[in-house]
Amino acid sequence: MSERHHVTGLAVYLAVFLALMVFTAVTVWASFVHLGPFNDLVAMAIAFTKATLVVLFFMQVRHASRMAKITVVAGFLWLAILFGITLTDYFSRGFLG
Amino acid sequence: MSSNETAPTNYLNADYGVRSWLFTVDHKRIAILYLIAVTFFFALGGLMAVLIRLELATPAGDLVQADVYNRLFTMHGVLMIFFFLIPAIPGVLGNFLIPIMIGAKDMAFPKVNLASWYVYMAGGLFAAWSMLHGGVDTGWTFYTPFSTAFSNTYVISTAIGGFLAGFSSILTGLNFIVTVHRMRAPGLTWFRLPLFVWSLYATAIVQILATPVLAITLVLLIAERAFRIGIFDPALGGDPVLFQHLFWFYSHPAVYIMILPAFGVISELVSAFARKRIFGYRVVAAASVSIAVLGFLVWGHHMFVSSQSPYAGVIFSLLSMLVAVPSAVKVFNWTATLYEGSVSWETPMLYALGFIGLFTIGGLTGVMLATMGIDIHVHDTYFVVAHFHYVMVGAVLMAYLGGLHFWWPKITGRMYPIFWSKISALLVFVGFNLTFFPQFLLGYLGMPRRYHAYPDEFQVLNVLSSAGATVLGVGYLIPLVYFFWSMRYGKRAGDNPWDAFGLEWETTSPPPTFNFPATPKVTLEAYDYTGRAEARLARTQPVRSSP
Repeated sequence: MSERHHVTGLAVYLAVFLALMVFTAVTVWASFVHLGPFNDLVAMAIAFTKATLVVLFFMQVRHASRMAKITVVAGFLWLAILFGITLTDYFSRGFLG
Repeated sequence: MSSNETAPTNYLNADYGVRSWLFTVDHKRIAILYLIAVTFFFALGGLMAVLIRLELATPAGDLVQADVYNRLFTMHGVLMIFFFLIPAIPGVLGNFLIPIMIGAKDMAFPKVNLASWYVYMAGGLFAAWSMLHGGVDTGWTFYTPFSTAFSNTYVISTAIGGFLAGFSSILTGLNFIVTVHRMRAPGLTWFRLPLFVWSLYATAIVQILATPVLAITLVLLIAERAFRIGIFDPALGGDPVLFQHLFWFYSHPAVYIMILPAFGVISELVSAFARKRIFGYRVVAAASVSIAVLGFLVWGHHMFVSSQSPYAGVIFSLLSMLVAVPSAVKVFNWTATLYEGSVSWETPMLYALGFIGLFTIGGLTGVMLATMGIDIHVHDTYFVVAHFHYVMVGAVLMAYLGGLHFWWPKITGRMYPIFWSKISALLVFVGFNLTFFPQFLLGYLGMPRRYHAYPDEFQVLNVLSSAGATVLGVGYLIPLVYFFWSMRYGKRAGDNPWDAFGLEWETTSPPPTFNFPATPKVTLEAYDYTGRAEARLARTQPVRSSP
């Protein structure tokens, strides 16, 4: 099993760590810029990017088997179902006026 | 049969003593541990049901007070759902059969398997502790803000019990998925798997994807109740409907965690006692997976009157009706399997036929309830109680008992008394209908659920229901007695008492610790009774010499 493991170099981990730190700083900076409703969107986009980096590099999904990738995608897909369909309720409550 | 007769070494006599059971990693012994535990919790939950039906025999609230009644139906629900229905078929029959059915020596993670039982028992201890201290009165659904701000009962400890039982369920599901993926015998392709394995695979998907949401929801509930962190309580800035979304995102798929394994059992029984390959094998297998996926998209049908947007309600209503399609596929395919089959009326088959009828009623009333107009009319009435008992008890419990009767000779190596088993199957069927059919009428007439007293005009139907519960109780007690009896006095069953098809019938009864003397090779399709007969014939025919 161990022969098939892809070994990620320390440099890659450091680079990802650095990227996460930069994104954290950007999150803090963006929160002080007045963008109206786009503030949330920017914060969520940065958070999504950071989470993706963690999953791909720190959790090593980038070099994992196809089965592991499907499992990860399924988890997020189901999370999207939970959020998405729940929001159909919250967003449409006002439609009746 | 003399008990002095020496039995070949099997998983039961391979080792002795309490330690050999409590520290076992043999999937078959873990199945027995689950069997003992779920039977205990079923009896406890059943006791609550007895008290509920006793109270409802008269219109006045004269046996217990309202708050005791609230605790009774809550603990009945908690015990039956989290500690019986969800673990019963996967924990007992799934654990015992999956490795054998796929020709493996054990589960992929035997220690995780044992851990799942301990985690389940820890959850059970929390629930039992809560009960002994006075129970909980929120209903098994723990609706907020009553559960977080107003109830004075043991909500947190019961929620921890449910939380732990959930993790046990996740561990079981994980083990099933990895085992089915990695440990199938040579030649056992996906489309040669028994349908019981397919259904438990689909169940495992639900267990893994839905149960974490229950865990999160219960943690949030505990956080609000214990630390006043506002999540669901409007007084703290929370949203109570959010709780219902999160809760039902798990708890509706949980219905499929209960019913999908039952479907699997019925496919095995119908095929075995019709002596035929199941009609439309691939479609039945695919139906399990599609029910598992569609089951995630329908939770809002529990919330039609919760102030959920009617637009979301329409979506949920339509999606709920879609689940009826693969469910109906299964019912039609079992029926089609019977057509021109060589049907025999053995005890497990009686349960299977009972299942098909009761599930059809439970399923069709489910479609009625998915229709918003009807649901609003009968919401929170006995119509709903009758509907889900037709699915949970009429279907799941019938399948569990049918499966237990089918595989009991394999599990113990002994046969139970056929006459009494048929009598009890009949009693369960009659008792069940007598208990729950009147509740459809009561609900339609407007009797609300969860009250300990009711107007006089509902008494006749309630007395019928309570009388039926007595018959049902006797129907459950008889197997309990003869299963115990059979372990010592039952006739030795032989390896394949039903002459059924499947790897589990190829090994000895009870099976040896590692299931097979050598890894089997699979050459036939699932339920290929014709192919097997030809192979047997070929083995018995002398080889002709060429002229």
